[in-house]
Amino acid sequence: MSAREHILAAVRRNVPRPAIPLPDIPSPFPLTQGKRESVLASFRNQLEVMGGKSLEVADGAAAQAKVRELFPGAKVICSAVPELPGTRRVEDVRDPHELHDVDVGVIRSPLGVAEAGAVWLTQGELVVNALGVLAQHLVVLLDPAAVVATMHDAYERIQLAASPYGVFMAGPSATGDIEGVIIHGAQGTRSLTVLFFRRGTS
Amino acid sequence: MTRAVDPEGRAERFIALEEHEATHDRLVWGMRQHRDQAVAAVPEWEQLRELASQIKEHTLTHLDQYLEQFEQNATKLGTQVHWARDAEEHNAVVYNILQSHGAKSLIKSKSMLQEECGLTPYLQKRSIEVTESDLGERIQQLSNEPPSHIVVPAIHKLRSDVAELFAKELGTDPTNTDPHYLTESMRNNARPRFLAADAGMTGANFAVAETGGFVVCTNEGNADIGASVPPLHVASIGIEKLIPRVRDLAIFIRMLSRSALGWPITQYTSHFHGPRRGGELHVVLVDNTRSERLGSPDFWHALKCIRCGACMNTCPVYRRGGGLSYGATYSGPIGVILDPGFDLRKYRELPFHSSLCGSCTEVCPVKIDISEQIYKWRRVVVGNGLLTITKRVGMTALGATLSHSTLFHAAESVGETALKILPRAVLYNPFNPWGKHREMPTVPRQTFRQWYLENRRKP
Repeated sequence: MSAREHILAAVRRNVPRPAIPLPDIPSPFPLTQGKRESVLASFRNQLEVMGGKSLEVADGAAAQAKVRELFPGAKVICSAVPELPGTRRVEDVRDPHELHDVDVGVIRSPLGVAEAGAVWLTQGELVVNALGVLAQHLVVLLDPAAVVATMHDAYERIQLAASPYGVFMAGPSATGDIEGVIIHGAQGTRSLTVLFFRRGTS
Repeated sequence: MTRAVDPEGRAERFIALEEHEATHDRLVWGMRQHRDQAVAAVPEWEQLRELASQIKEHTLTHLDQYLEQFEQNATKLGTQVHWARDAEEHNAVVYNILQSHGAKSLIKSKSMLQEECGLTPYLQKRSIEVTESDLGERIQQLSNEPPSHIVVPAIHKLRSDVAELFAKELGTDPTNTDPHYLTESMRNNARPRFLAADAGMTGANFAVAETGGFVVCTNEGNADIGASVPPLHVASIGIEKLIPRVRDLAIFIRMLSRSALGWPITQYTSHFHGPRRGGELHVVLVDNTRSERLGSPDFWHALKCIRCGACMNTCPVYRRGGGLSYGATYSGPIGVILDPGFDLRKYRELPFHSSLCGSCTEVCPVKIDISEQIYKWRRVVVGNGLLTITKRVGMTALGATLSHSTLFHAAESVGETALKILPRAVLYNPFNPWGKHREMPTVPRQTFRQWYLENRRKP
């Protein structure tokens, strides 16, 4: 008997009885606290809690200037966003290893989640998934209208199986492994900055 | 015969390191307090707990169906699904995948299942270079120690310990104990390893049957680097990690990091559905005693565990004695109820490494009856004749005394008189564990029973 058959047979033999029904998850999920603050303000607060930053910019040109201002020493700016080209187009990258020298990665996220201060990124946006974690710093463009309140809302919006990789990124890489001291930039990006401007504004 | 681990002796040695014990207690209790703040900010917390518990119980009572559904959907996405009955088979499957790709170096993110299977020593014996990429896990790897906590593996170490270790292993400045400096040194050491690795390995926090994908939660982003840079990604998934639907994820993701560290979410919540562009994805579904536990009416609920570590952070025994005192892959209250299922003889002392205060049960986000199970494991240990001689003699005498009122009252007055008149040397010696690290109580003038008979039973 194969391992698969063996395990499935053992599980079938042993599943506990009585069977428990699958509970309904109410949609939208009833939040007992009500609306404390605007979804956008809550997103910005939570992002800060997670160690990220957010700024509002008027358009693509202002975003471009902001990236230069935030990272004046950056040599390699690898962009996955047409309106903010950087020094390297991620579409030109053949192999993720080529991203080892990226100072700043620029990506557009289709979705933000207020309760977690998280942005959603998939292979569709990143093109090369490693861009999100190998870049020393990350700049994420986000339409303020694309921020939802909770993780429940977020999971209803996304098509998980449509992309091999999708990540909720809440601030930069972090660790507290040495005496609980929170340090950003453990392995992945050292900083994460969200730039708010409406899609289509260039 | 397997030697039983000695949690008391190990805890005693940790407690003797006063600075370690005090720092550990402070940090671990700090995580519990941070968790309380995060939970208080979510008024619907109890509703989430109840849903999480029901979803897990539903999945486990239909596990065969969900495993098949997961396999079918994962295969459709181009993921190669493997099955492993036990630790040995898991390790062999992983080794075969690596070998068939000519992979010589592996970068791992933290996986308790891979710890449980002893994967790293298995691969190292076969000349595969294995690097743990989570900072805490790497510290433990370099120290030749298992993780002492499931979320923060090196929490029992002081920064000075890490500085000393890194000086020896990575050539850092031994006098610089700044955690920023130490973390940066590890980042710079690990990065070339990520870039040179032939394969990346992860565990999984959740596997979603309806999509055939799985979710990995980390704070460092190390799982994402391991999965996105090398061409080959292998994930080990315990069969109890299944959940039915995408929408169930919201419940668990909202609870996991709040319970663990008091953050609203982990920095990275990463979803893998089939191989990335230019890559290959393998999943190993591992049983390793899980199907057997499923058949145990007393203990199957432990399979609901999402490995948040909240029970460890709240446990008074864990906080003082440290995670390594359990001498097992899983420590803390969850370890006490998981480990004996792997080897009852070896871990027979663990169910007694608990005060049965019940705090673990209260903080568990998926409502596992942890303290009840600890008590039930004690009965299993006794039922299998595995109680140590000192406990057996003491418990038998205590049981007899407590069940007969005359005997109890006689013992009471003997005890009182003894405490009053015996010299210190008789009370505080190695044969009286109750006299260690503490003063025996002062004896009141009279017992409650004597007082009651005098004051309330007067005719």
